[in-house]
Amino acid sequence: MAAVRTTGEVALNRIAVVAVLIATLIFLAPIYWIASTAFKPKELAVTVPPTVLFQPEVTPFIRLFTKRVQMQKPVDPQVYEAAPWWEKRVYDGGERVLKVGNDVQLSQYPNRFMNSLIVAVISTVLAVGMGTFTAYGFSRFKMAGEADLLFFILSTRMLPPVVVAIPMFLMYRIVGLNDSHIGLIILYVAFNLSFSVWLMKGFMDEIPKEYEEAALVDGYTRMQAFFKIVLPEAATGIAATAVFCFITAWNEYAFALIMTNRRAQTAPPFIPSQIGSGLPDWTTIAAGTFLFLLPVAIFTFLLRNHLLRGMSFGAIRK
Amino acid sequence: MAHIQLKNISKTFGNHTALTGLDLDIADGEFFVLLGETGAGKTTTLRLIAGLEKPSEGQVLIDGVDVADWGAAERDVALVLQQYSLYPRYTVRENLEFPLKPKIRRLPDAEIKDRVDRAARTLRIEHLLDRKTDRLSGGEMQRVSIGRAIVRKPRVFLMDEPLSALDAKLREALRTELKNLQIQLGATFLFVTHDQIEAMSMGDKVGVLNHGRIVQTGTPHEIYNNPRDTYVASFVGSPPMNLIDGKVVNGRAVMAPLNFELPFSGRAGTGGATDGRPLVFGIRPEDVYLESGAPVEARVHDVENHGVEKILTLRVGDTTLRATVPARTDVAIEQPVRFAWNPDKVVLFDKGSGVSLRHAS
Repeated sequence: MAAVRTTGEVALNRIAVVAVLIATLIFLAPIYWIASTAFKPKELAVTVPPTVLFQPEVTPFIRLFTKRVQMQKPVDPQVYEAAPWWEKRVYDGGERVLKVGNDVQLSQYPNRFMNSLIVAVISTVLAVGMGTFTAYGFSRFKMAGEADLLFFILSTRMLPPVVVAIPMFLMYRIVGLNDSHIGLIILYVAFNLSFSVWLMKGFMDEIPKEYEEAALVDGYTRMQAFFKIVLPEAATGIAATAVFCFITAWNEYAFALIMTNRRAQTAPPFIPSQIGSGLPDWTTIAAGTFLFLLPVAIFTFLLRNHLLRGMSFGAIRK
Repeated sequence: MAHIQLKNISKTFGNHTALTGLDLDIADGEFFVLLGETGAGKTTTLRLIAGLEKPSEGQVLIDGVDVADWGAAERDVALVLQQYSLYPRYTVRENLEFPLKPKIRRLPDAEIKDRVDRAARTLRIEHLLDRKTDRLSGGEMQRVSIGRAIVRKPRVFLMDEPLSALDAKLREALRTELKNLQIQLGATFLFVTHDQIEAMSMGDKVGVLNHGRIVQTGTPHEIYNNPRDTYVASFVGSPPMNLIDGKVVNGRAVMAPLNFELPFSGRAGTGGATDGRPLVFGIRPEDVYLESGAPVEARVHDVENHGVEKILTLRVGDTTLRATVPARTDVAIEQPVRFAWNPDKVVLFDKGSGVSLRHAS
């Protein structure tokens, strides 16, 4: 790759780097805002102009994970002294942590977060798995009305999902699926599946069918050839599809708000529900949002190589 | 090893007819080459035998057994393709082991190792065994592909233009290697190609396929010297056979429209060549020769120097024909020359049907 570059190209390259840097800064600004607010003292959260330099603290996270009540009168100094460091931070804010006996009462947040994880992971696995098999079928076998079927699958994305929210809610109530993990999972699989089928079909079409045919001739069954040859070749596509499905399921707000309220409520509708009445505690909300961002970031980071290859698929091969 | 028979095979894909009424008989241990242009149905024929496609009509028999209900896995054939038959994620060794590991005929590990080593030695790819296949050159890849086929000891080897993607030098080398390998293994080979030189140099038998039909089957010698019709005549041979319209008049070949005449005495096997019947005269370029006293004058239209010989394009009126002459022949373009032919080598075709009079019954 020892290509000789002209000065013009070097200059262009520098301009491109600067442009990318600026774009990155713009895209990262809201994330910085949330992340910094999550570590700010309460009173600095809403200052105008925004406070940039401050002593970061973890108090918002302590408040995020605990159940607290406002105290009518200042805390007894002896109790304050005996309290562990994190409880003192809560007393500092004029609140006390709710306890049953000696057990600290946790807030709803960990539970909602788990709900999000369960629903997003299971729905992603199902949507990608079913999508992969379906796409393989469409890609490799001729069938009557193939184009119509594919179009039909795509048509589920043609209206905004919220349009059907009310009928879905009523149907779910009748069959007892509202406020259940299964209910949300079914919904998310339903709208991720069309996407998954179409995306995976593109990737499957790129895999030469000669690979499987060679395996078939060598004495493998269609299923064995699929698992041994096609699946590893499709790994990139599967990773890319999984990231997109996971993000959609993880971020979904409208249906989660309508279909769940307690048991199966996910984090997106829960976080704003903490705003409550009176002065909103933005730092605690920011802490919740910040933690909520992490799984997607980690998941995407782990699959970054596949994603990059996935996006340039077809452009590079052949 | 196996005896392959195709009986009255037809295959259609939707509205497209790939094969019609195809009969083929490949003897045990034979190197059979299926020759035809792109789209003639060669690959389809191969896939039918491999069990990757089902015929719309007709039977495929392996050793006399109708294999209609057998899947690709059960037929125990090996397939070598032009490309894409190696798995990019595997090393050469893993690729070679792959055909030995399916559940239905999984071999013991020692046997697998032994066979892989032997195949690698035969094909001289031992030094590549631990390399990933995407780091191989084209020739090495094709060697490994062939290796994947020979480790298995299949009943028949099916090869779909395995040399077409290679450069000329390598193609020549592998051609010889493949032929030697077939002799060494004594195996039945069905080799598909559009390259008539490959067909001629490798095949024990050649089948010429055109528009889904077998036009002629025979030894390379028969195909070359006694083509069944004008299609085979013009497809096989480089340069191809000269085909000139004309008729026989009083023991002379009169080329239409009265451009020139050549001596042509009625011989055995040309019974249908009655005077005045519209014919096509076929003559190989090497049977056209230049001579000072020869009967026809022509102009040299073009000269192609091939080292050992020159290929001349001669022009008589508006007819052109090719002649292969020794390299030392000194000719210039537009130079007038006189030529004759070897009347014993002339093949006569019916003008209407294009079928050779020797084959018409």
